Amino acid sequence: MSEAYAAPDPKELRDHQVDGPELTTRLARTWGTKRGLIGALSTVDHKIIGRRYIVTAFLFLFLGGLAAAAMRLQLARPESRLIGPDLYNQLFTMHGTTMMFLFAVPVMEAFAVYLVPLMLGTRNIAFPRLNAFSYYVYVFGGLMIWVAFMLNIGADVGWFAYVPLSGPEFSPGKRADIWAQMITFTEVSALAVAVEIVVTVPKQRAPGMTLDRIPLFVWSVFVTSFLIIFAMPAVMLASTFLILDRLIGTHIFNPAEGGDALLWQHLFWFFGHPEVYIIFLPATGMVSAIITTFSRRKTFGYLALVLSLIATGFLSFGLWVHHMFTTGLPQLGASFFTASSMMIAIPNGIQIFCWIATLWDGRPVFRTPLLFVLGFFFIFVAGGLSGIMLASVPLDTQVHDTYFVVAHFHYVLIGGAVFPLLGAVYYWYPKIVGRLMDERIGRWHFWLAFVGFNLAFFPMHITGLMGMPRRVYTYQHEMGWDNLNLLSSVGALVFFLSFVVFLWNVITSARKGAVAGDNPWQAGTLEWATSSPPPPQNFDRIPVVTNREPLWAERETLSVAAGLSVDNRELIVSTVSEARADLRESSPEPSVWPFIAAVATGITFIGSIFTPWAAVWGSLIVGVTLIAWFWPKGAKEDEK
Amino acid sequence: MKHRPVLDVSELPTYAFGARSPMWWGTLGFCVLEGTGFALAAGAYLYLAFLNPQWPLSAPPPDLIWSSLVTVVLIVSIIPNYLSKKFAEKEDLPRVQVYLIVVLAFGLAAIGLRFLEFGGLHVKWDQNAYGSLLWALLGLHTVHIITDVVDTIVLTVLMFTRHAHGKRFSDVGDNAFYWNFVVLSWLPIYALLYWGPRL
Amino acid sequence: MRLRPSAAALLLLPLTGCKGWQSALDPHGPGARSLETLFWIFLAVLATVWALTMLGLIASLRARRSAEADPLSDDPGTEAGMGRAVTLLVALTALTVLALTGISYAYQKRFGDKREDVLTIKVTGHQWWWQIDYEDAQANRSFTTANEIHIPVGEPVRLKLESSDVIHSFWVPSLMGKMDNIPGRQNVIEMQADREGIYRGQCAEFCGWQHAHMSMLIVAKPKSEFDAWRDRQIASAAPPADDERRRGEQVFLTSPCIMCHSVRGTSAGGKVGPDLTHVGSRLTLAAGTLQNTRGNLAAWIVDPQRIKPGTNMPLIQVEPQDLNALVSYLEGLK
Ligand code: HEA
Ligand code: HEA
Ligand code: HEC
Ligand code: CUA
Ligand SMILES: [Cu+2]
Repeated sequence: MSEAYAAPDPKELRDHQVDGPELTTRLARTWGTKRGLIGALSTVDHKIIGRRYIVTAFLFLFLGGLAAAAMRLQLARPESRLIGPDLYNQLFTMHGTTMMFLFAVPVMEAFAVYLVPLMLGTRNIAFPRLNAFSYYVYVFGGLMIWVAFMLNIGADVGWFAYVPLSGPEFSPGKRADIWAQMITFTEVSALAVAVEIVVTVPKQRAPGMTLDRIPLFVWSVFVTSFLIIFAMPAVMLASTFLILDRLIGTHIFNPAEGGDALLWQHLFWFFGHPEVYIIFLPATGMVSAIITTFSRRKTFGYLALVLSLIATGFLSFGLWVHHMFTTGLPQLGASFFTASSMMIAIPNGIQIFCWIATLWDGRPVFRTPLLFVLGFFFIFVAGGLSGIMLASVPLDTQVHDTYFVVAHFHYVLIGGAVFPLLGAVYYWYPKIVGRLMDERIGRWHFWLAFVGFNLAFFPMHITGLMGMPRRVYTYQHEMGWDNLNLLSSVGALVFFLSFVVFLWNVITSARKGAVAGDNPWQAGTLEWATSSPPPPQNFDRIPVVTNREPLWAERETLSVAAGLSVDNRELIVSTVSEARADLRESSPEPSVWPFIAAVATGITFIGSIFTPWAAVWGSLIVGVTLIAWFWPKGAKEDEK
Repeated sequence: MKHRPVLDVSELPTYAFGARSPMWWGTLGFCVLEGTGFALAAGAYLYLAFLNPQWPLSAPPPDLIWSSLVTVVLIVSIIPNYLSKKFAEKEDLPRVQVYLIVVLAFGLAAIGLRFLEFGGLHVKWDQNAYGSLLWALLGLHTVHIITDVVDTIVLTVLMFTRHAHGKRFSDVGDNAFYWNFVVLSWLPIYALLYWGPRL
Repeated sequence: MRLRPSAAALLLLPLTGCKGWQSALDPHGPGARSLETLFWIFLAVLATVWALTMLGLIASLRARRSAEADPLSDDPGTEAGMGRAVTLLVALTALTVLALTGISYAYQKRFGDKREDVLTIKVTGHQWWWQIDYEDAQANRSFTTANEIHIPVGEPVRLKLESSDVIHSFWVPSLMGKMDNIPGRQNVIEMQADREGIYRGQCAEFCGWQHAHMSMLIVAKPKSEFDAWRDRQIASAAPPADDERRRGEQVFLTSPCIMCHSVRGTSAGGKVGPDLTHVGSRLTLAAGTLQNTRGNLAAWIVDPQRIKPGTNMPLIQVEPQDLNALVSYLEGLK
């Protein structure tokens, strides 16, 4: 096998030939993003895209939260006439859909896009143009469904859109089509990011970052990306089948013509259960990062934590039927899913116990990020345990589709994902923005959130047991649910306020916060080895890693690799397990084509809601834009 | 922080073939996720086949002739495909050009036969659930053939222009990899759709 | 018309807002009772697990190393101790979930076999009401009603759950867990009430606009009363008793009502909406949305869309004097 070793080009400047500020500015020029609109749309910098991703995901959280606030207003009193059934159904569908597809999954990916290359000590994510594309596709999907909602054609069949209710017969009009296409949009974007991560982690780690030195957050998003790759095709298939049934008259879900309504549920939950771990696992990575830093001690049970991530990932594909216990499946089969659902308590328990052990032997520093992690323990464990109740087939026949389930999943979603996420915002904000968030407001934020959350969602366990089904736009006074619902609504208001406080803190700290410096928390991982915010090239020279917590092992100097080009976008490709430096590959330059391709994709998806031909003609246009994207015009390597 | 150089990477190559190249991993990632899609679609087909007392639903099984030809063409195409990869690794441009064109010819033949194959189905997609899934599975696979043929066209053009050097050869290898996936994923689908109903 | 005393008392139940008539925590049948026990078992175990975990967490918050300590250092003794503790806890977790799985399975088996030889009722979900078919080996003893299931106390009844449109879910928490009504399939559950009473149930699977107003009542009464009720329901509608009602019948039979509603014994044979043969004997209207009173009946006919927006019963213009007669007629259908 012949190997083309590029003879070092004498004219090309290498990073061992320059140093200090000159190196920084030159690299920044090479890796920088151009000014202006075209520059902004062409950028392939993972930090810029990651930042946009994070901000966009939080905007969707606020939209979803506003929908929740409206629902809680309606439910505060029995037989309230504030919101009618039509609007209410749209509200909870938009709320659930937004939270799951436009907030929770994307926000985790957003943090991964921003942090993974920094934590791995590389300069950009693998396939950065695909990364830009995925962001635009995500934005278009989110915009489409919310614009439709504003136009009163918002989706109204719930976030899992069961057929036949969402099928052609019972949901005429375009609402369900818009929902299904939004799914396609967000899945395309999620899958793209997953592939980037699945390549970045094994191939672009800093030299020396062997498998047992990968930061736990990176492990968590790495495992999550595999979950995405194996789970998301199921929902894409489901939503495509739904679109086909609705638009060209196929009968895949139509029992009258040999189809089946439960096929949808199987396909949806085959995705839907892993989905909740797609949200939860990255959050555990955040918890690990915060606990380690704020315990001032390396993580206890690193290997156990990694293995339980992997175990959770595997197990999560064997649980989907626990969402279908009341559909009348065979008894024995159903109880298999009880066993597998409960088994997942074991890897989850391992994680909890290892974190507690880390705190135990550490010296906890009670800053806001740690507060949110402590809140996470309190709430998530309760939610996980109510999950154990749901996992029991007989018990679930009572609580399925009631507010008990609503309570469970807000405990795990908000306790398990949103609390760690808020902690993560406090933790990484200084890296991203360059300034620390206000600690005093942070504490207010935490306590309001903690109290508001429990006030809002604890009573729902009881309303559920008292017979209140979910997704009802109103209830009668005689049911005796008034007070508990009022309490929930008050709690939701307090929780809402906590987010206003948070927003205030984020905005004011950006201008008035204390300047952060490189490593304000004295953390050990590589993202803290560069300036805050990091320069376009992330690192002036690629670090060489000898410890899981490189900055704790070497406090004064950073071991680095030298010899990369300063004028070309070069980064180190390493070997999979030992992370030996293997190649100097060039990373793609900025390009506006991913944006144009995303526009074309958007037009195709939206057009196909109205005519199947849009899919045919649209793919032609998308094909052209993709060719333009991959066409190697002006790429520096071609000009040699 | 101060830097302490401990490693010199200036002599490293700028590209490599196979699993050393990130693009190979990316291609693998897409193969896995699309393979999952195929597996689930086939699962949906089997699910309905078991649920319905009679399968295929009120339709004779689809004709074997065109689909079998497609299968033969795809299988034979593996050979030029393999050669294109082999010579790409040797950076033997003329041979790479030749084999890319041969692979392309096979791909185009497969697309042509596939359209004839659609004509040999005895059921329309909107007739019943069997027809729907039959068309859906075939359609899904056809999209993959077309995608890779377009990809190959672009690559072939590149290999005839000034871009034909260095990393492009690695791209030829990855394209060959993807084509193998398209061929391999077809075999179980072929068995399921065409031989399954005849058992 | 005078209500029979027991029925009148039952009618008051919903008005007094009796808590627990639709609650999993207030069981009135063997099914719901064992589910409640199971719930308390799980709660006790899991609440203990939660409390212990929180205690461990709080205990862990004490600073156990000095501020200067190297974060990478570890004390082998502590490390090994924590390793043993985590291993032990994981083993305990495994044992606990194993035990819970076993208990869950033991309870599940109780609901396993369903007898064939008991009273069988077919419950079909419609957007947004329940069609109830009492089946009998003798065809002329089968009959159809809506939104109200009468059962004999202390005997199991078998429910065959079906749907005519989308997925619904049949749930009467104080008697039994829920089960879905799925188009193209049939699910079977068994239900039993130990005590006389009215139990409320509600559709649990989201089924569109009026999912919130798709409830039903289970009326459990002694076997003799149940048999009497069944005999009355089997009978066709009695001919109208007075002129007003006769005119009401005329109004009804010449209106579009009959396209959707049946009244056995008349020419009205529609199948789209609830069977009205004995609508006057029911406690509620429109799937538990309204008390069955004269005023409510009139209000419903005058504008069903205001009371239950989206319902599949359209607004039909009825002249005011006709309305009175129509309501009297329907009221009389006992
Ligand atoms: C972040 C999201 C998240 C997470 C992490 C989980 C975690 C779990 N969930 Fe949950 N779940 C959802 C999100 C999530 N869920 C959502 C969104 C829905 C509803 C979807 C919808 O219908 O709209 C749902 C619904 C749902 C159902 C279906 C209910 C129904 O519709 O009827 C079930 C049933 O089994 C279930 C079970 C579980 C279990 C067993 C876990 C376990 O993973 C929990 C494991 C954790 C612990 C157990 C705590 C920590 C462990 C210890 C401290 C060790 C000691 C423990 C023991 C001894 C038991 N979940
Ligand atoms: C991560 C996911 C997530 C999150 C964070 C939330 C957050 C909240 N949810 Fe959640 N919820 C779901 C996921 C989530 N939910 C899902 C999947 C469903 C099922 C849907 C379905 O059945 O299909 C559901 C259903 C659901 C229901 C049941 C509806 C029904 O069945 O009828 C209710 C009812 O109370 C509810 C309430 C809330 C509340 C009060 C919050 C609060 O936490 C919200 C907090 C508020 C904010 C985050 C907004 C703050 C806003 C600002 C600060 C903006 C200020 C700016 C301006 C004014 C410009 N949710
Ligand atoms: C297009 C069909 C249709 C027509 C016409 C129609 N109904 Fe209905 N009706 C229904 C449906 C469907 C329901 C169940 C509504 C629900 O609960 O959501 C119903 C419910 C009722 C009920 C309540 C029954 C119960 O047991 O709860 C009464 C009474 C009734 N209709 C009377 C009438 C009268 C009187 C007319 C004519 C003036 C009429 N309906 C015309 C479809 C129709
Ligand atoms: Cu029927 Cu909900
Ligand atoms: Cu689940």
